[in-house]
Amino acid sequence: MPTDQVQYKYKEGNLLRSEPNKLKAESLRSEEMIINLGPQHPSTHGVLRLEVLLDGEIVKEVVPHIGYLHRCFEKHGENLPYNQVIPFVDRLDYVAAMNNEHAYAMGVERMLGIENQIPKRVEYVRVLMAELNRIASHFIAIGAYGMDIGAFTPFFWVLRDREHILRLLEWASGARLLYNYIWIGGLFYDLPVGFEERCREFVDYVKPKLKELETLLIDNKIFIDRTANVGILPLDLAINSGVTGPMLRGSGLRFDLRRVDGYSVYPELDFSIPIGEGKMGSVGDCWDRTYVRYLEIIESLKIIEQCLDKLNGEHKRTRDFDPQALVPKKIRPKAQDFYVRAEIPKGELGFFFRADGKSDVPFRCKCRSCSFVNLSVLPEIAKGVLIADLIAIVGSIDVVMGEVDR
Amino acid sequence: MLDEILSIAKSQCKNGEPSVDDQATPKAIRIPYADLAAVCKELHRNPAVYFDSLSCVTGIDNGVDAGTMEVAYNLYSIPFNLHLMIKVVLPRENPEVESVTSIWKSANWMEREVFDMYGIRFNNHPDLRRILMPADWEGYPLRKDYKHQDYYRDIKVEY
Repeated sequence: MPTDQVQYKYKEGNLLRSEPNKLKAESLRSEEMIINLGPQHPSTHGVLRLEVLLDGEIVKEVVPHIGYLHRCFEKHGENLPYNQVIPFVDRLDYVAAMNNEHAYAMGVERMLGIENQIPKRVEYVRVLMAELNRIASHFIAIGAYGMDIGAFTPFFWVLRDREHILRLLEWASGARLLYNYIWIGGLFYDLPVGFEERCREFVDYVKPKLKELETLLIDNKIFIDRTANVGILPLDLAINSGVTGPMLRGSGLRFDLRRVDGYSVYPELDFSIPIGEGKMGSVGDCWDRTYVRYLEIIESLKIIEQCLDKLNGEHKRTRDFDPQALVPKKIRPKAQDFYVRAEIPKGELGFFFRADGKSDVPFRCKCRSCSFVNLSVLPEIAKGVLIADLIAIVGSIDVVMGEVDR
Repeated sequence: MLDEILSIAKSQCKNGEPSVDDQATPKAIRIPYADLAAVCKELHRNPAVYFDSLSCVTGIDNGVDAGTMEVAYNLYSIPFNLHLMIKVVLPRENPEVESVTSIWKSANWMEREVFDMYGIRFNNHPDLRRILMPADWEGYPLRKDYKHQDYYRDIKVEY
């Protein structure tokens, strides 16, 4: 295409036809107004557009508009063989790609019936990677949340610590964010020599930093004033709305798929599941959700230490160990419908497959994304709050738009 | 457990018999689409099963030759740790089914997504608009016979 060609002719009213407001200006009362938040605004965590009906500073209604980052994951999934969908899976929740891959690979392995043959070392490496990435994702969630409501320093601190994780993951997989490391039936490659030692150094390094983070942000009086008793999500509403992950646990239900489903090697690991207790306000407020994420980082560190013990002990690397040994040459599950779910940092990630038994390409590959469902509860909990609190609530949901829009 | 769920479904089905699909994981039951709302309401309410959360709503297009579409609902019961898939088969021409938004709020956006991608209408849905695609997009992209439009706002769609 010649570069001087105009790609898009602007016409008045284009925007309003493609994403029309739900609320009509004619039906407003005289004191009400509609404010458009986003799609380009840092506090919306990407391209999220909120149509807000305001009465002065009070939010009367919120209508989220999504789809600005829609990249047709499900259409791609219907046109590619199972193993080639993994890079697309990475791009769903792009700050926690390992967790996505883990869920997807597990689903296809169960469809093929090889989930019990996977070597223990592979499973431990997978869990180690997933937990490292879970910490990275929670760092982003907490740091960006602090920045949303005005605390700038914690963001730099957590990004500094997250950098260590990204370098570890880059060392193992070759990429910083989108790894394609966990394959169906195995791994791209075994851990590099010396990874376990560096990883343990990281654990020792990050523990005091977490304490600092707690003092700086979580226990900060300003932070508590901004988040406690804001955006309270009652448990019955949370369950009815399908909310999962730290949001559901923040509302006080001890529900974690790593424990409930006990997939991979999680039953062999010792970790606890933190829930919101309303320490600073009420159960299910924004502070509780953030605190649950903070506590989950500590639990993930425990899991990492146990994994490292196993990887240095009974599942030690051997010269002839081939993590690709079980990777199937031809991935052709028998005809079935299959729903698999796993806990990623934001909640329950599910994949629905329909295999027709005749081809290597899924007939239907649907992704149930947790950010999508978690975001759908926003209009319920943002009624009657101040507009500054609306930003605090959106931040505490921890949406990644790549996963919302897929 | 599946027999119990099946008998609950049977008690609510007025337009046909529910059947079990053994090939699916979790176990699935097929019910007539006209009875969907009644069966879901009973499964949500019944204290023996108490399916209190709806995890996933999936639209499936079986293609022009089969002439059917399907909607699969993945239910989960937190207190009893039960999984269930409910499937309804719809005609490909003018597919319509009752919305379950009044039972589970999570159905709201998921059904909008199915409508957006397949054009399946959910009756009595509070807010059935497109959700991922632009409101003035033509056609339903995940239908098997979908052909995208040539130009959208003078932008060539084919890249």
